[in-house]
Amino acid sequence: MSIMNKHGLLERHSLLLTVGILVVVSIGGLIQMAPLAYMDNTIEKVDGMRPYTPLELMGRDIYVREGCYVCHSQMVRPLRDEVERYGHYSLAAESMYDHPFQWGSKRTGPDLARVGGKYSAEWQVDHLKDPRALVPESVMPPYAFLADKKLNFDRIGERLRTERLLGVPYTDEMIENAEGHLYAQADPDEKGYDHLDGLLEQYDGASGREGSVEFRDYDGDPGRVTEMDAIVAYLQMTGTLVDFSTYEADDLSNRR
Amino acid sequence: MTDETKDVDQYSGVETTGHSWDGIKELNNPLPRWWLYVWYMSIAWAIIYMILMPAIPALPGLGTNTKGLRGHSDRAEVAKAVTELKTARDAQSVVLLDAGLETIETDRTLQQFALAMGESAFGDNCATCHGAGGRGAIGYPALADDVWLWDGSLDGIEYTIRHGIRHDTDDGTRFSAMPAFGRDGLLKRSEVDDLAQYVLSLSGRSEDSEAVVRAAPIFQQQCSTCHGANGTGDRTQGAPNLTDAEWLYGGRVADIEATIYNARNSHMPAWDDRLDDATIKAIAVYVHSLGGGE
Repeated sequence: MSIMNKHGLLERHSLLLTVGILVVVSIGGLIQMAPLAYMDNTIEKVDGMRPYTPLELMGRDIYVREGCYVCHSQMVRPLRDEVERYGHYSLAAESMYDHPFQWGSKRTGPDLARVGGKYSAEWQVDHLKDPRALVPESVMPPYAFLADKKLNFDRIGERLRTERLLGVPYTDEMIENAEGHLYAQADPDEKGYDHLDGLLEQYDGASGREGSVEFRDYDGDPGRVTEMDAIVAYLQMTGTLVDFSTYEADDLSNRR
Repeated sequence: MTDETKDVDQYSGVETTGHSWDGIKELNNPLPRWWLYVWYMSIAWAIIYMILMPAIPALPGLGTNTKGLRGHSDRAEVAKAVTELKTARDAQSVVLLDAGLETIETDRTLQQFALAMGESAFGDNCATCHGAGGRGAIGYPALADDVWLWDGSLDGIEYTIRHGIRHDTDDGTRFSAMPAFGRDGLLKRSEVDDLAQYVLSLSGRSEDSEAVVRAAPIFQQQCSTCHGANGTGDRTQGAPNLTDAEWLYGGRVADIEATIYNARNSHMPAWDDRLDDATIKAIAVYVHSLGGGE
């Protein structure tokens, strides 16, 4: 009797059938995913990438919370027209500290992978408050409430520690001084003044170049750290970290 | 299986699977031939594809995936496509870069090239703030009129695009800073309010002549260095003309009071690192053509 006639065994035992299905399905999944975990060139070797500062990380949480990814991708694809419009195509290295990543193919609004520094921070604030005041044809909803909402960062140290568990190289100093660093970036003249040097030393140090951290009162409301401060700090950083002057696009290991 | 065990459905004449659920049986129709062949062909194609294209991941420690006979790479393709595009534009780009205003305005082909390139680059990079067609918004200068804060010549516009305004990381950026007269305690609240009336009077809109008289010496002392004794402004330091009834930040009394009290020092990013030379020049030509170019 050939093995082909044994299928009755599987069909009569639901648990066995479930195990069988799992084995078959996971073969396809493993072949696609497992190599990414051990291949040397999955994530490109780049200069400049650093963990997000506490303020940027909180801004990123707001970005995810508000569902910005529903309309905006963060992935410039390697296509001529996209490179022409948005700049260098996105690298895997640029989202290696993202949990979860913000890639996507659904673009109701433009791609935001390289929006950092493209417009002024004032514009980002004005535009988030009332998109149609600046871009009449826009269908983006207003997010004016972000400017009124105080940023909740009571547990910012724990938040960084969680990211470290997931593999982001936050140092002990970064975690201990997270609150001070957050103030330093959003309110460098007052509350965060004493921590500014530490912020720049830690994060520019991790990046390997000066000027990787922008610090200022983003929302025009110096007294308070609001959710608007955080999300604009995050947006103004996106896509600006990797130093493309040292990136070897022609290296075989960077070919895809 | 032998013929004896075959169970043939008497109505359709088709063999059944031999299974029976409460007397219901399933016909064992074979798959259509064409479907089967397409399936076999797709398997064959998958094998060919794996040989031609990057497909098989390496085993642990071996580094990289197979590159395939075609050596295909999306990233190499896009680099090639961008280079081709640049080459295709180069002939005209080079001419554009060296051309002055007169050359561009007389050379119809060159002008069309610059305007087409400038318009599309403006649409993505500049229109977000300055509005489609450069119509402007509160706080974001209109570019389609003949009111210029810094410089309305082709070279001046190009310089502004290249270096931005109050852009911290660009050494050549256009820079000036209006003091926050109220917030920083340089003037009293009442003096700020009087000054607002004086500024309105410069374009003939003040309704409080006593305040205007009171503010005249304050204006000469505090404002005239940048905005000029007559309030006509100074383009070398981006100080707006206050007599032309054009208001970047709003022309209501409250707007002007707020401007004097808190100052307005907005920021335009520098585009030198983001856009290539030809694109910047093309945008400058486009902006110059919008209506107010000098």
